[in-house]
Amino acid sequence: MSLAKISQLAGTGVHVPGDDIDTDRIIPARFMKCVTFDGLGEFAFYDERFDAEGKPKEHPMNDPQFAGASILLSGRNFGCGSSREHAPQALYRHGFRAIIAESFAEIFFGNSITLGIPCLVMDGRDIASLAALVAEAPHSEININVADNQVSIADVTFPAAIPGHAREALVNGRWDAIADLLEGLNAVRSTASALPYMQA
Amino acid sequence: MAKTLFDKVWAAHTVRELPNGMTQLLIGTHLIHEVTSPQAFGMLRDLGLKVLYPNRTFATVDHIVPTDEREEPFSDSLADAMIKELRKNCADNGIKFFDLSSGQQGIVHIVGPEQGITQPGTTIACGDSHTSTHGAFGAIAFGIGTSQVRDVLATQTIALHKPKVRRINVDGKLSPGVYAKDVILHIIRMLGVNGGLGYAYEYGGTTFDAFTQEERMTVCNMSIEGGARVGYVNPDQTTFDYLRGRPYAPSGGEFDAAVARWKAFASDADCVYGDTVNFKASDVAPTVTWGINPGQAVFIDEKIPAPADLPEKDRSTAEEAYAHMKLRPGAPIKGTRIDVAFLGSCTNGRISDLQEVARHIKGKKVKSGVKAIVVPGSQGVAAVAESMGLAEIFREAGFEWRGAGCSMCLAMNPDKLIGDQLCASSSNRNFKGRQGSPTGRTVLMSPLMVAAAALTGEISDARETFGIR
Repeated sequence: MSLAKISQLAGTGVHVPGDDIDTDRIIPARFMKCVTFDGLGEFAFYDERFDAEGKPKEHPMNDPQFAGASILLSGRNFGCGSSREHAPQALYRHGFRAIIAESFAEIFFGNSITLGIPCLVMDGRDIASLAALVAEAPHSEININVADNQVSIADVTFPAAIPGHAREALVNGRWDAIADLLEGLNAVRSTASALPYMQA
Repeated sequence: MAKTLFDKVWAAHTVRELPNGMTQLLIGTHLIHEVTSPQAFGMLRDLGLKVLYPNRTFATVDHIVPTDEREEPFSDSLADAMIKELRKNCADNGIKFFDLSSGQQGIVHIVGPEQGITQPGTTIACGDSHTSTHGAFGAIAFGIGTSQVRDVLATQTIALHKPKVRRINVDGKLSPGVYAKDVILHIIRMLGVNGGLGYAYEYGGTTFDAFTQEERMTVCNMSIEGGARVGYVNPDQTTFDYLRGRPYAPSGGEFDAAVARWKAFASDADCVYGDTVNFKASDVAPTVTWGINPGQAVFIDEKIPAPADLPEKDRSTAEEAYAHMKLRPGAPIKGTRIDVAFLGSCTNGRISDLQEVARHIKGKKVKSGVKAIVVPGSQGVAAVAESMGLAEIFREAGFEWRGAGCSMCLAMNPDKLIGDQLCASSSNRNFKGRQGSPTGRTVLMSPLMVAAAALTGEISDARETFGIR
């Protein structure tokens, strides 16, 4: 299984402000009644974007200026709550290829990396500056350099951080761990054989 | 060198270091349910892989099951497709399934302990963030995503980055009317909803020593609401007594041998933690949430904080919370009218929760106009409650007595709030829209506080409602 090496990516951005945006908000539970992830994209942030009758509400993701954005900007503790992989799956299928936030909840972060979605941590003031630049010129391309921990737009560059293990996994095309895990099967059996409860 | 339980369990389950520096960690026990597993089985089929240790995965159905009309086919065809898919995946792969007809079905985090599958010194994973519940037994239990469910099925391992361990001490005796639920809501309020990021929480101190196994589960369950993916309590005699005689626990002489092994996993007295936080049990009062995350909480006799009372970084979320909850900053939370009372969930759907409520509500009535439902955490809990006469007490008081499942905790089944109904709930999340209506409102609290709200029709101090001193 050969995976893309994700060291740089570019696209336009959209800012969805707020702290502690939970995965119930990213994909409400009722849309998880499914046996595949197909079709989740249209339900990303559904209840934030649409009212009870399905009419669009005022929301950055409904603003035509930001249509086609592939980089999502947000606040602190993004993706907290439920472990549902449906959340990053919905964002990916909606078109997002990277997320920049002040911090990420741990399970969401891991789920996103496994799908090859870089999650970059940036200082809150820098996110505000970046969001202001995006608002001024929604068609400006944001460039993300995963390998060098940098995010730039026009001639402005911001420092961004991604933990070493995740950066390594992305830039080396090993973000989906399954291939690495399968290589260790002999060692798995040996570890398991030393644990009495595994023999039950 | 002295070690924490976390270090010992991690070391015993480490398979190898991966090229990116993460650890390939053996997951001894894997629990699955209908929502986060079907895609994983699909990925397995696409990759042409088989389940490596089918006897180490256990399944049940909980999120989507109706709690009233449980005959199949379910009226919701999507839910019906999900249970059938899980049943087929289990049958095709030789996985034990605690199905609706088994008498053992229930919320996965209630079934595991009840069956004795959850054991000290083990690693446990489930595609559900409340897997931290199992840490109450001195297991290291992780909530995982669906791709990781696939990883466990195919390799019995996942790739993980080792967290630090934070010791959380709670010492002393809780006042009457104050429960394990109040302890964890208080911890989350004080440390923040993202305070546990990068940490496993080890809970201890004399309050935890005195807790029953079920109280420890309530606390560990909500670790993730404080940002900690893992929470645990060191195993002790309370743990061993709980496990003895359960269907999947070791039996006969093997049990004593297992206890000796389990004891050795407990953190060493002189081990070093990433950091330590101390709480006093006497400082904890009945706690209720007022906002849209579990950290936005106050004691029952406190007022809803005004923006000026909060650190600047918390103010924008507070504004969002006032708007969603339709609550006024500076107003008392006590006296807020409720529409629905929900007693259940993997946090508080165990027999001891139902017993505690039943003994206080006996002979009393739910306030007219309030919809009050009790959803036992498992068929096992329901059977015990029925045999003890608790179900009858609830019914006579005006509660609806339902079948086992996750129900209105996340409303993937027909149990949902309508419009902007306000629900007094013993569950774990008060996120916007969590209970099935985008404008629905959730106030988290202990089971007895839910009962007090059900009886009075408003958020109340259970100590006053029930004359607890």
